[in-house]
Amino acid sequence: MLEIKSLSVHYGGIHALQGIDLSVPEGKIVTLIGANGAGKSTTLRSIVGLVKPTGGKVLLRDAVISGKATQEIVQMGVVLVPEGRRIFPNLTVEENLLLGAYARNDKEGVLKDINHVYALFPRLKERRTQKGGTLSGGEQQMLAVGRGLMSRPKLLMMDEPSLGLAPLIVKMIFEIIKQINAEGTTVLLVEQNAKAALEVADYGYVLETGRITLRGKGQDLLQDDRVRKAYLGEVQ
Amino acid sequence: MTLSLLFQHIVNALSLGSLYALIAIGYTMVYGILRLINFAHGDIFMLGAYVAFYGITLVSLPWWAALLVSIVFTAFFGVGLERVAYKPLRDSPRISIMISAIGASFLLESLGVLIFGGRPKGVPVPDVLSRVIHFGSVSMVTISLIIPLFTFALLGVLLWIVNKTKTGMAMRAVSTDIEAARLMAVDVNKIVSFTFGIGSLLAAFGGIMWSFKYPQLNPLMGVMPGLKCFIAAVIGGIGSIGGAVLGGFLLGIIEIMMVAFLPTLSGYRDAFAFILLIVVLLVKPTGLLGKRQAEKV
Ligand SMILES: Nc1ncnc2c1ncn2[C@@H]1O[C@H](COP(=O)(O)OP(=O)(O)OP(=O)(O)O)[C@@H](O)[C@H]1O
Ligand SMILES: [Mg+2]
Repeated sequence: MLEIKSLSVHYGGIHALQGIDLSVPEGKIVTLIGANGAGKSTTLRSIVGLVKPTGGKVLLRDAVISGKATQEIVQMGVVLVPEGRRIFPNLTVEENLLLGAYARNDKEGVLKDINHVYALFPRLKERRTQKGGTLSGGEQQMLAVGRGLMSRPKLLMMDEPSLGLAPLIVKMIFEIIKQINAEGTTVLLVEQNAKAALEVADYGYVLETGRITLRGKGQDLLQDDRVRKAYLGEVQ
Repeated sequence: MTLSLLFQHIVNALSLGSLYALIAIGYTMVYGILRLINFAHGDIFMLGAYVAFYGITLVSLPWWAALLVSIVFTAFFGVGLERVAYKPLRDSPRISIMISAIGASFLLESLGVLIFGGRPKGVPVPDVLSRVIHFGSVSMVTISLIIPLFTFALLGVLLWIVNKTKTGMAMRAVSTDIEAARLMAVDVNKIVSFTFGIGSLLAAFGGIMWSFKYPQLNPLMGVMPGLKCFIAAVIGGIGSIGGAVLGGFLLGIIEIMMVAFLPTLSGYRDAFAFILLIVVLLVKPTGLLGKRQAEKV
């Protein structure tokens, strides 16, 4: 579904992505793991056009999307739930969700999807008229995911959805990711919580300072010695 | 002071406050979205007044038609100004875009002198607007009543747009997080243009009404009101529409009342806005209705 070919990104003199290749097959969950500063967010941000790549290209179903404006890419079904949630604090929960559906004109569909999101996250329904800024961290993450779903993604990309959340909420978020995927949405998941990510993922990639150093099935990477040592905190 | 005189002062204060509020909104909306102080806003106000003036005198349009033509023209002019002078600098350091705004202001003033002429022009005030009406012992000019009425109507429409429409929702989103708004497929350029359009439209309306109330035009007529309304926006809490309205009315009302009750101080009328600004900022640095917000870099 999504193909990244020798993608390169520079920030001034910093070569943040040094020609990475990555593919996300339709219907699967793919995860990209790596340490702080490896370039995970940069990868997602260049897919969605927030960062302009200095080399390589991104293809969505064989059509080049790199170079397009973010709003076009989003309308093609590539949606990013950004790092740090980035919900709109001055808008109500429901307005945040509606904004996810900003480019859509099917009123009934939007209404249906809002109810679907409320069914996934009953907590959001209780808080629907509350300002986004008053939600707890976990609720904000639910809202960020729900808002992403409102764009009717074909490919949902999530940047560290578990960051800073209590274990119970993390578990719930990963359950939801599986459910979203089971409903037919392809998922590209960036995580530092490598264990949880590799457990739900079909495929995994390991990114180190701008280069892909390992790739494989999620289960295989979980067993890989190098991954276990570097990302799962196991001492040999 | 008689009651009727007091009443007249109140009406005058409300109408001056209305004009200030209309202009202050443009500053605050643009600041809210782009963190830019549009120094050319006062000159947009001047332009609106001139366009309506020429509509009436050169093309012999009825005043209301000239008003409509002028506010539409000025709205598009404001949108164009943003495209030419600000948009190319949106990702540059803040200071570049500020300097561009100051440059745009000087450019418009100079063009005003060049095209409209530096000599003041007398505005033919339409009869309906200059009629004196009497309520018992109170008498007042219709324009002083019409200004607040139209201002309240426009404010109602504006608040409805900002709070109840999809575009307004996008405006509020863009004003807190441009990048996140992009991720929602919001076309940020359109929202910015729309904001400049609305701000310029309100300034043009203010400028035209101003020219009917104080019927004289000159190319620098926007400088002082522009400065004061920027101050009004800061006093109210820049970025907040309610704050701009509050600041505008506060400034207008206090200014008129000062001249009315302390006529010996009326020479300090213009300085007063600055004093009020300093006092408010000392007590509440974010302005009366402003919220602390992270500086955009
Ligand atoms: N806007 C920017 N300007 C300059 N350098 C940047 C910018 N954004 C990221 N970088 C640099 O690019 C590199 C990759 O950053 P990126 O945010 O993609 O890492 P990450 O893998 O998402 O890290 P984390 O797990 O901490 O979120 C880092 O060295 C970072 O300092
Ligand atoms: Mg990151």
